[in-house]
Amino acid sequence: MLRRLAILVLSLFIASLVLFVLLRLLPGDPANALLSVGADPQQIEAAREQVGSNLPLSEQFLRFLGNLLRFDLGTSFISGAPVGAEIAARLAVTLPLTFLAFALALIIAVPLGIVSAVKADRWYGALISTVSQFGIAIPVFWVGILLVLVFAINIRLFPSGGFPSRGWHAPLEALRALALPVLTIAIVMSASLLRYVRASTLDVLGSDYLRTARALGAGFTEAFVRHGIRNGAVPVISILGIELASAFLGAVVVERVFTLPGLGSMLLLGIQQRDYPNVQGVLFVSTLLVLLVGFAADLTQRLIDPRLRDKARVAS
Amino acid sequence: MTGTNAPAGTFVRKSSPRGLRAFATTAAFATAISLSFAAHAADSYDPDAIINVGSLYEPQNLDNIAGAGQGINEAFNSNVYEGLFRLTDAGNVEQVLATDYKVSDDGLTYTFTLKPDVKFHSGDPLTAQDVKYSIERVTGPDSKSSRKSSLAPISAIEAPDDHTVVVRLSSRSISLPYNLTYVWIVNDAAQNLTAGEDGTGPYKLENWRRGSTLSLKRFDGYWGEKPTNGEVIFNYFTDATALDNALLTGAVDVITGIQSPDALAQFKDNPEFTVSEGKSTTKELLAFNDRVEPFTNVKVRKAISRAIDKKKLLNSIWGEYGTLIGSFVPPTDPWYVDLNAVDPYNPDSARALLAEAGFADGFSFTLDTPNYDPHPIVAQFIKSELAKVGITVNINVITANEWYNKIYKAHDFQATLQEHVNHRDIVFYGNPDFYWGYDNPKVIDLIKSSETAKTEEEQVAKLTEANRIIADDAASVWLYLYPQIVISKANVSGYPVNGLNSQFFAYGIKKSD
Repeated sequence: MLRRLAILVLSLFIASLVLFVLLRLLPGDPANALLSVGADPQQIEAAREQVGSNLPLSEQFLRFLGNLLRFDLGTSFISGAPVGAEIAARLAVTLPLTFLAFALALIIAVPLGIVSAVKADRWYGALISTVSQFGIAIPVFWVGILLVLVFAINIRLFPSGGFPSRGWHAPLEALRALALPVLTIAIVMSASLLRYVRASTLDVLGSDYLRTARALGAGFTEAFVRHGIRNGAVPVISILGIELASAFLGAVVVERVFTLPGLGSMLLLGIQQRDYPNVQGVLFVSTLLVLLVGFAADLTQRLIDPRLRDKARVAS
Repeated sequence: MTGTNAPAGTFVRKSSPRGLRAFATTAAFATAISLSFAAHAADSYDPDAIINVGSLYEPQNLDNIAGAGQGINEAFNSNVYEGLFRLTDAGNVEQVLATDYKVSDDGLTYTFTLKPDVKFHSGDPLTAQDVKYSIERVTGPDSKSSRKSSLAPISAIEAPDDHTVVVRLSSRSISLPYNLTYVWIVNDAAQNLTAGEDGTGPYKLENWRRGSTLSLKRFDGYWGEKPTNGEVIFNYFTDATALDNALLTGAVDVITGIQSPDALAQFKDNPEFTVSEGKSTTKELLAFNDRVEPFTNVKVRKAISRAIDKKKLLNSIWGEYGTLIGSFVPPTDPWYVDLNAVDPYNPDSARALLAEAGFADGFSFTLDTPNYDPHPIVAQFIKSELAKVGITVNINVITANEWYNKIYKAHDFQATLQEHVNHRDIVFYGNPDFYWGYDNPKVIDLIKSSETAKTEEEQVAKLTEANRIIADDAASVWLYLYPQIVISKANVSGYPVNGLNSQFFAYGIKKSD
């Protein structure tokens, strides 16, 4: 347990270092975003001094790291706003978006995946499988644009983009604003998830223990529910961790399509403006979230599958 | 410009609801029934309406001297902050917080009298100290304002009493009132103006949700006429299509300036929307680095200008919209003259000029092209036009941030594309250290001495001459003047259509049910 935590912290440190260096390799200067055509050389120098881009790289990194140790993500070069508070405000959009999309994808993918495996020989089993294959091939932004065209512009059921100015103080409006983005991510995600559920279910269906259970007199449904689902869930859960992380990444693209004020749009704008504290902050927090999700998936797997617990005990 | 000797108390808001209504009523009496119907429609607006404005220009922060970008002018100029003067939508300078001003005979001392009983949003009264503080903020060492250098003649500011401000200059500055339209009057006690505000305008900041919306609410303590709406929400978008969709689906009432020509068709012949074309100050130009070969040669520059069919370019991008001006000065600047005839499209003449310059076999150069619209399309067009006269163009696509490093700061380029948005910015051609490096002593002198001119006529005459010279020299290739197109829902009216300096005055916007 402690070892895993140490790995987590080390991964975070390495990720921040790599990010720091990669960002500085981009051509440009964060001071530029503060200036406009007409600025004189003194103003340019003053702006560089303000954002610290006139300092040597090593000093810039030490500053960043020093702040991080004090749990301070710094302040934005461009807006002057504290990065931590800004990220918290943006998470209020990105987290609901990610989790709602993830939940919806599960609701779609698990039953359909099981059906398509159990009824693989029926026409609808084959149809579900084919449609999901197609779903994997289409890019997420394309789904978003299509949904806007149909549900926002033609039917006018949901807004085409944006987020209410009062945020979650207007809960219904906020949910309506998230409807199409959630659907977009869920559609794409459920397609790949469905493939995993289907494959895992097919494995279980061909397993010896299921055949034995049936030989001992259990009906198919009873045997599948008692023994199949739990066994089938183990590989799916390890995938879920990865899928949740990719839902988060999908949010970056989808926030752009729907103009949502989430982490993704903060990241993209930060990169355009070379607003390093914002970019580093967002990437740090997302790395942390992804690592934590992986950690949680791991724990869940051990809870479900006693064999993993035993193995861990033997190993330690 | 209203002139240096404007009489006291001439401030009248041009689009006052009362004025409009009176006009409409008179017109209706005089003419047809249809007009009286129009007058009635204009009357029945909702005085507490929420106006949703769609824009592509979210400010980066809320302080115009802290590098907030053009978006802050759009949202805050005359809405949240006012100046001693304002640049109206028609391009005139009118008095706002200054009721009167006197200029000494030598032109070096300006004495401003402040409007009495003006309150900041925080409740503090406006005093001469606030004005002094506000001007010094723009001229001070931390200022990132692009207008800082234009206020350089100011040598001292005094506040002899609460309602009088004296500005002393080191040299005459005929544009001082104009330049003061860029100076927000802020409360000298205000803290943290990058995330908050304390101005005297008709609206106060309600909230700013970064990446999404900025809301302004009517300020009940406003000294002037009450806005014709209750709240204005700027909704920010990162791409033009999303912005158009928002208008199409009713999420926004008006968009401040359309940037995607393709979208026009869906609004133009649709009775649910009003499309207005105003006057723009945004110029698209091909800027040479006039310091480097072969662009040091006037003949080469003129040849390139004549080899590009600007009319065709404008038409292929904007259809019937936009204007060709043949120079850097748009019709809203007082020193505008139509200079399209100086270097008209003529590939044969271009080839002849190239041969005279010793480039009969052509040459090649790199065109640094910003990666956002319309520059990549313009670059392709120029490449194909110049190929016809034997010039090879290598297009190098760069981001806006790189542009600033490579071109604006380091002058490390041969030629580039850029849009210049400001009003009255011919002065850049009077600065030989500017990125394009145009260095003509005559122009430098004309531009410098135009500022110390005694009368406006003299100033206009000098800048008009400078304008003609830069055109004759083909200092850059001025491709076209952008159109300024504002689209709103049909039940919304009273918004500014010209968008000079990206301003968007919201106080006159009316929305009927």
